[in-house]
Amino acid sequence: MHRRRLALGLGFCLLVGTSLSVLWVYIENWLPVSYVPYYLPCPEIFNMKLQYKEEKPLLLVTQTQYPQPKLLEHRPTELLTLTPWLAPIVSEGTFNPELLQHIYQPLNLTIGVTVFAVGKYTHFVQLFLESAEEFFMRGYRVCFYIFTDDPTAIPRVPLGPGRHLSVIPIQGHSHWEEISMRRMETISQHIARRAHREVDYLFCLDVDMVFRNPWGPETLGDLVAAIHPGYYAVPRLQFPYERRHVSAAFVADSEGDFYYGGAVFGGQVAKVYEFTRACHMAILADKANGIMAAWQEESHLNRRFISHKPSKVLSPEYLWDDRKPQPPSLKLIRFSTLDKDTSWLKS
Amino acid sequence: KPKCYSLLAIILLTMLILVFFSSGLLSPRSQTPGSPEVGARVKELDHLQVVTLSRMVYPQPKVLTPCRKDVLVVTPWLAPIIWEGTFNIGILNEQFRLQNATIGLTVFAIKKYVVFLKLFLETAEKHFMVGHRVTYYVFTDRPADVPRVALGAGRRLVVLTVGTYARWQDVSMRRMQAISDFSERRFRHEVDYLVCADVDMQFDDHVGVEILSPLFGTLHPGFYGSSREAFTYERRPRSQAYISRDEGDFYYMGAFFGGSVQEVTRLSKACHQAMMVDQANGIEAVWHDESHLNKYLLYHKPTKVLSPEYMWDKQLLGWPAVMKKLRYVAVPKNHQEIRNR
Repeated sequence: MHRRRLALGLGFCLLVGTSLSVLWVYIENWLPVSYVPYYLPCPEIFNMKLQYKEEKPLLLVTQTQYPQPKLLEHRPTELLTLTPWLAPIVSEGTFNPELLQHIYQPLNLTIGVTVFAVGKYTHFVQLFLESAEEFFMRGYRVCFYIFTDDPTAIPRVPLGPGRHLSVIPIQGHSHWEEISMRRMETISQHIARRAHREVDYLFCLDVDMVFRNPWGPETLGDLVAAIHPGYYAVPRLQFPYERRHVSAAFVADSEGDFYYGGAVFGGQVAKVYEFTRACHMAILADKANGIMAAWQEESHLNRRFISHKPSKVLSPEYLWDDRKPQPPSLKLIRFSTLDKDTSWLKS
Repeated sequence: KPKCYSLLAIILLTMLILVFFSSGLLSPRSQTPGSPEVGARVKELDHLQVVTLSRMVYPQPKVLTPCRKDVLVVTPWLAPIIWEGTFNIGILNEQFRLQNATIGLTVFAIKKYVVFLKLFLETAEKHFMVGHRVTYYVFTDRPADVPRVALGAGRRLVVLTVGTYARWQDVSMRRMQAISDFSERRFRHEVDYLVCADVDMQFDDHVGVEILSPLFGTLHPGFYGSSREAFTYERRPRSQAYISRDEGDFYYMGAFFGGSVQEVTRLSKACHQAMMVDQANGIEAVWHDESHLNKYLLYHKPTKVLSPEYMWDKQLLGWPAVMKKLRYVAVPKNHQEIRNR
């Protein structure tokens, strides 16, 4: 009697268990699929299914007054304003800020910014955010993503309406090169997990910098790069590309348009995802071969931008080094480095 | 009792095995990562595909040396203005070839205008989008008069029969309706980009993928140096094409515009609807479809602007120094004779 009841009980439990598991499997089928990323240098496996927002309409503008553009003009001391693949090079004087504001404001865009404040670099966050509040994308919704290994060290900076800050904890590393290179991986993962739902455009900036003048919607584009302030007047042979053939970031002597800075890049969130993912793959490939590129992820960024040209290029106004004297061709420095003691920071 | 037990045990075991199998089979996670469905999802990236350029050798662009010192090459809304010297066709050709871009060229040859087709198509074969896939869409009311022109590889011609109108102004304006109709019905399945051109023209020099972008217009050769007050916009507020004297960037020519199929559909639909509203209100814009095109492009900024190299008349305007190339030029014709027959 006893044992029979036990057996019946067991059988009943098993039946219930079976039906529950079958039900669960069917429910799983209806749920959206998500894939877990693998850390292998194999692009097919490392993927995330992303749902992007709908395509925005083109540059619609309501009535607005502004001076007529002058087609025939002589400008002897200007910068190059168009790349050979017809991407505009943005500098003061090439665009009308009010017109662009008029075009982009109604689109209700959200702009994301990623910065990495690891170790002693948390000291830069205050000034970065304060200057961003004054100059970066005024009047737009902005999401600051601060990646840090010490969330308590991030100061509370008051932000304007529609502007938010997220502190995201990440793992610190002993070598600053490692921290620098892991940024590509972290950014692409962050986009896949969160940012693709929250922002339309994403900029990846260095934190040890400060905004000095307006940075607005003229910088928005599919894939945006900025020209490095140290190499804009220099022939391509002297660009500090990675020159070892064995590296995935190798650039031959006859290749190269501009030397882009790793401190500023961005674009549509989908494009930035693809870009950072590809750079990370290249970094992993180098790691597997026991090599580190000359300028870490900046070398890989430059390699990628040669074979996947940016749709918009920012002049050195958007990435300046205050230690350099400002040339007359650069009218308005908007984003520049803070003078700092690098040896202390990187220890 | 032992017999009962063993039977029960067997049943339990079988059920356990069945449970594991079913969860394994039915679970979507069992899909192998390399399966085509997963790969396809990864490749979905909006409308622009990811193209990897192969290694190319070309001179380095110099940041401190503008490509053209005599003309504006970027509009105030950061759209490139295409002049000779601003672009490297090698890079652009590769970018568009890797996307396998197909370009549709629409041209209207109504009534006597069929005589222009032969020269138009022959010169297009030599200069228009050479090396890329091209479909010519010839709208005509006289399909039998469409000449047989030898076409290169990857290029084909489609004749579309349309009705005609007595007045040449109506023939010109109804092009917008035809383009918007066929864009929705046909073009969006067959081509990626649409270029809408006048037929009484010929290609004298390279017209290639440098013009392709979501929406482009061409500067009218008669007004590229004029101030906006002198532009022949429609100035009567009653018309849908009205533009006031303090507005306007450029005066675009109605004879050469285009873009992605989606944007051209939007443009042609908007222009056609505006023209119908005007017709209902008993007014006709001063330059017909061109006036409406200008109104549309004022409020929907083009993503590329073509210089007058892409729309010229040598007879009327000669060859000024600022034009390094004359690519698409008017064929001399007798307006009186050709328009109303």
